[in-house]
Amino acid sequence: MVDTATTARPAALKPTPLTSEVAVQLINMNKWYGEFHVLRNINMTVRRGERIVICGPSGSGKSTMIRCINRLEEHQQGQIVVDGVELTNDLKKIDEIRRDVGMVFQHFNLFPHLTVMENCTLAPIWVRKMPKKDAEEIAMHYLQRVKIPEQAAKYPGQLSGGQQQRVAIARALCMSPKIMLFDEPTSALDPEMVKEVLDTMVGLAHDGMTMLCVTHEMGFARQVANRVVFMDAGQIIEANTPDEFFAHPQHERTKLFLSQILH
Amino acid sequence: MTMSEGQLAIDDIRYLQREAIAPQPPPASIVGPWAWIRANLLSSPFNIAMTIIIVLLILWIVPELLKFLVFDAAWTGQNREACIYTAQHPDVGACWPFIADRWSYFVYGSYPIPERWRVNVFFLMLAIGIVWLLWLNAPRRDIGAVYFFIVMPVCSFILLNGGFGLLYRVDTSLWGGILVTIVVASVGIVVSLPLGILLALGRRSRMPMVKTLSVMFIEFVRGVPLITVLFMASVMLPLFVPDEYSPDKLLRALIGIALFASAYMAEVVRAGLAAIPKGQFEGAMAVGLGYRQMMQLIILPQALKITIPNIVNTYIGMFKDTTLVFIVGLFDLVKTIEVARIDPQWAAPTTSTTGYVVAAAFYFVFCYGMSRYARATEARLSKADKR
Ligand SMILES: Nc1ncnc2c1ncn2[C@@H]1O[C@H](COP(=O)(O)OP(=O)(O)OP(=O)(O)O)[C@@H](O)[C@H]1O
Ligand SMILES: [Mg+2]
Repeated sequence: MVDTATTARPAALKPTPLTSEVAVQLINMNKWYGEFHVLRNINMTVRRGERIVICGPSGSGKSTMIRCINRLEEHQQGQIVVDGVELTNDLKKIDEIRRDVGMVFQHFNLFPHLTVMENCTLAPIWVRKMPKKDAEEIAMHYLQRVKIPEQAAKYPGQLSGGQQQRVAIARALCMSPKIMLFDEPTSALDPEMVKEVLDTMVGLAHDGMTMLCVTHEMGFARQVANRVVFMDAGQIIEANTPDEFFAHPQHERTKLFLSQILH
Repeated sequence: MTMSEGQLAIDDIRYLQREAIAPQPPPASIVGPWAWIRANLLSSPFNIAMTIIIVLLILWIVPELLKFLVFDAAWTGQNREACIYTAQHPDVGACWPFIADRWSYFVYGSYPIPERWRVNVFFLMLAIGIVWLLWLNAPRRDIGAVYFFIVMPVCSFILLNGGFGLLYRVDTSLWGGILVTIVVASVGIVVSLPLGILLALGRRSRMPMVKTLSVMFIEFVRGVPLITVLFMASVMLPLFVPDEYSPDKLLRALIGIALFASAYMAEVVRAGLAAIPKGQFEGAMAVGLGYRQMMQLIILPQALKITIPNIVNTYIGMFKDTTLVFIVGLFDLVKTIEVARIDPQWAAPTTSTTGYVVAAAFYFVFCYGMSRYARATEARLSKADKR
């Protein structure tokens, strides 16, 4: 995407490059909710610039898995390594990783008491200690990129769902993340707004962002994913390139799932 | 089916408007005062009965009140003579000369007369602070908050107490009346909100020690009557502190009231925190905010906003509770009235009643004011939610 509006870009306008070749690595990761074994022996490696789509039936643990990557949920066994840093109880490291990992939620989770602009500049100003002017310039850049610069002064409650989700994406991008996590970003949206959000995500993918998306938008998976991961009952059942995954699913569970969602 | 039946069915289905209908004014039966009365006061037999009862009640009370407060009241005089039964005045109403004579005692207590300007300046500073904070469009409300929570308390203390080689020291045992009531109430208000917020956060903390301590404090204070807290503050505190450091009576009561109010405030704030959706915490954490920043920038602003009516409600309760400080020997407004009303110089049948009417009016004005403010804020917030 070429941006003609801003000529002199502040340094932070580009996503921060990953320092290591492996963006995210999950090694024998296990998680329990009380007695309930929600994630079982998860092993996955996401390389720099890879786009992973995660799908699976409801309750299979997709959200839980990607929420473990930025420590919104805690895992109990195994290792999670994000850009070379292992997630432990060290609060400093957790904050560091959260700074570099952007997340977009199903229900946007915008801050309703702040304007769109303030939503976008809050973390750069308070976490990255960026001067307000620079933060606003960057926010404006990303709002332009998600095609809603004219809404900057409004409150989230005044926007449509699709617009809110694009603000949420812009808010995450303003921190120049190394990795972006998406948890069903389009499933709370009315059908006519799904496309505008997906288009934004496709644009991001083309820019080389490392992305993990939980989504059932199979068109999106075909278009941008390097790999589709299918989960069921807290386990990774199958992973493959999108073409192979959709054309020749191997596992019975995958076949059943695909037959249900592809009609 | 005959031909005409079929035709009928089709005519039922088809419709085409030929002419637009222009708007008409509403019929007289649904507008105007008479319609309002019918709709609101006389809509059902029960409503009619209630209306009649309440009208009778008003007709009974209001004239009596007016008679006592205005028509039969004594307006001038130097002493009890003005307010006693006489042949010309078989019914005696309110004894206003008593209030006029003792007004400065009700306001300042025994605060030395030449120093009373200091109290007036304090009242003025407080009024400025309140208006600055509560008036939502006031300029620089952030400075207003610093003024209200830091500058004003310090200045007020120096001003009222004296000392520091600046002003002649006025012992707190001389303070009294509205001054004491306002000082106790405003210290309670200023201290209880921040302390209550800390306690509420402590109660939700994941650190077991912090949590246990907060819960114990809140539950203990809430489980004990204010009178007991005041007694403990004034009787038990000196047991732990050597005599020469023993804080003075007013300070002890202030600490008692402030702690008491904080416990209640903590529960109010906790309810507000509980109303904030989990997604707000997650959104804040996901952009990398630490705990303090998350609370300060995202959670508390939203939680306090929805809690304003309850916060004010707590303030109203506390404002009225301040009068209990009389049991530890302080002279608040009610206590000064108590003292003045038994003064033989003003011994008259209605002296006491008049004094209590004044106290009631004073509390009512302040509490009703707070209540109105809370209502206005609520209305503003519900409007903001609809945007
Ligand atoms: N906080 C929690 N406490 C206990 N169990 C939970 C908790 N959160 C999720 N679970 C359970 O863990 C399982 C996995 O949940 P998760 O939200 O990860 O599923 P999901 O694959 O994202 O499903 P969906 O497609 O419905 O979002 C579910 O069975 C859910 O009931
Ligand atoms: Mg989910």
